[in-house]
Amino acid sequence: MLDLAVVVDNLRFMLLQGFLGLGAFGGGTLRLAIPAIVLGFLLGIAVGLARLARTPWIRVPAGAYVEFFRGVPLVMVIFWIWFIIPQLVRLPIPEYGVALTAFVIFEAAYFGEIVRAGIQSVPRGQVEAATAIGLTPAQAMRHVVLPQALRNMVPSLVTQMIVLFKDTSLASIIGYVDLTKAAQIVNDREIRPFELYLFIAVVYWICTYSMSRVARRLERRAAAA
Amino acid sequence: MSEPVIEFEAVDKWFGQLHVLRAIDLVVAAGEVVVVCGPSGSGKSTLIRCVNGLEAIQGGELRVLGESLTRPGVSMPALRTRVGMVFQSFNLFPHMTALENVMLAPVRVKGLGRAEAERAARALLERVRIPDKAEAYPANLSGGQQQRVAIARALAMQPRIMLFDEPTSALDPEMINEVLDVMTDLAREGMTMMVVSHEMGFARRVAHRVVFMDGGSIVEEAAPEAFFAAAKSDRAKEFLSKILTH
Ligand SMILES: Nc1ncnc2c1ncn2[C@@H]1O[C@H](COP(=O)(O)OP(=O)(O)O)[C@@H](O)[C@H]1O
Ligand SMILES: [Mg+2]
Repeated sequence: MLDLAVVVDNLRFMLLQGFLGLGAFGGGTLRLAIPAIVLGFLLGIAVGLARLARTPWIRVPAGAYVEFFRGVPLVMVIFWIWFIIPQLVRLPIPEYGVALTAFVIFEAAYFGEIVRAGIQSVPRGQVEAATAIGLTPAQAMRHVVLPQALRNMVPSLVTQMIVLFKDTSLASIIGYVDLTKAAQIVNDREIRPFELYLFIAVVYWICTYSMSRVARRLERRAAAA
Repeated sequence: MSEPVIEFEAVDKWFGQLHVLRAIDLVVAAGEVVVVCGPSGSGKSTLIRCVNGLEAIQGGELRVLGESLTRPGVSMPALRTRVGMVFQSFNLFPHMTALENVMLAPVRVKGLGRAEAERAARALLERVRIPDKAEAYPANLSGGQQQRVAIARALAMQPRIMLFDEPTSALDPEMINEVLDVMTDLAREGMTMMVVSHEMGFARRVAHRVVFMDGGSIVEEAAPEAFFAAAKSDRAKEFLSKILTH
């Protein structure tokens, strides 16, 4: 029988500690996912613009960065930063720092490709028209290309944000207490895996479903304009 | 003759190995309307795109409004505010209304206040005869209306020269005249214009001179009546027989 009492009894720990990151362990799915999405996207814009730079000195390294991180598993990147960086800098790095760094570096490669494709989806004639009325390249990018590019990017950006959000559960392998790890901690004591993992599935699903709902609303509003 | 505002002197242009403009000599005087015609691929678009620096030249000299475009340190954005351009495919900014399209350069480049820019933009939309479409987005305008907004946008910086690259080729036949009428008004007001077009009626009525290009060279230049009645070169005759029979 499904016994939801185990969920209710441990709700505070799983939600406050695991989901939000408020409590003795640090941790927290949202405390990791939100900065990872924001910083990953910002770094991704830089990577995407660098991919389109005229100078090979900028374009080629940016391309290598993207190809490299898209070709290796995220878990491996997390392990590297967990094991190797502390050796190099001779300082212990807390789980939060490791996880956030790994996610930002890894996801920026994907966001960068989305930004690049979005910018390239804007027809050449748009840049020419902006140039012809006297805008500088930076002004053309800011007022003409990026607004259109961002609009075209919304669906793939949201998909990537959802992937990133779910991938934060991988941070539990280095002991970071996110929602998944919190459920695991409770389960080690209570041995009610079905109820506990069903519960966190529902929490993940509600979050990702609301993200895609917001995205659809944004798309519809953009299409109306 | 009034002062020259566009001066091509032995201009050469390559795209990689392709020699697209070959030793072009052409002078356009202030207030003059020059229609450029010729077969597809002959270099007409490239010719007028050089005038506002959308294409760089590799040989010879090109002076626009007295400024040499090959002089190091010449400010292209500043020059472009004095040379308007209208494209075959309109290229309006789809995320802005007609009014915002026209206001963009005055606000961002000239630093005009929004209220003043808006007043000027509305006056321009009036001039191209669509004041009622100011709030419309390009997607909700017909081709002819879009092209007239594009003309208003190009006029917003008060250019001294206007370039038109086949402005009516992408239009349904019933919309061609509304655009040509606006261009005719502009010409009558004394605007210097270079117009790539095969609209022979427009050329006859409005142009001071017709330039015929083929294979990257200017093959023939003449007043419109002379050109249409008695083209000298065989290539121009052949071209005219093709466009006049369909
Ligand atoms: N950006 C470009 N890169 C390479 N070749 C080009 C480019 N633009 C035009 N061309 C070539 O230059 C020649 C002249 O083109 P264009 O000036 O567009 O001719 P037209 O406007 O008379 O049809 C054509 O052979 C065309 O294929
Ligand atoms: Mg052309």
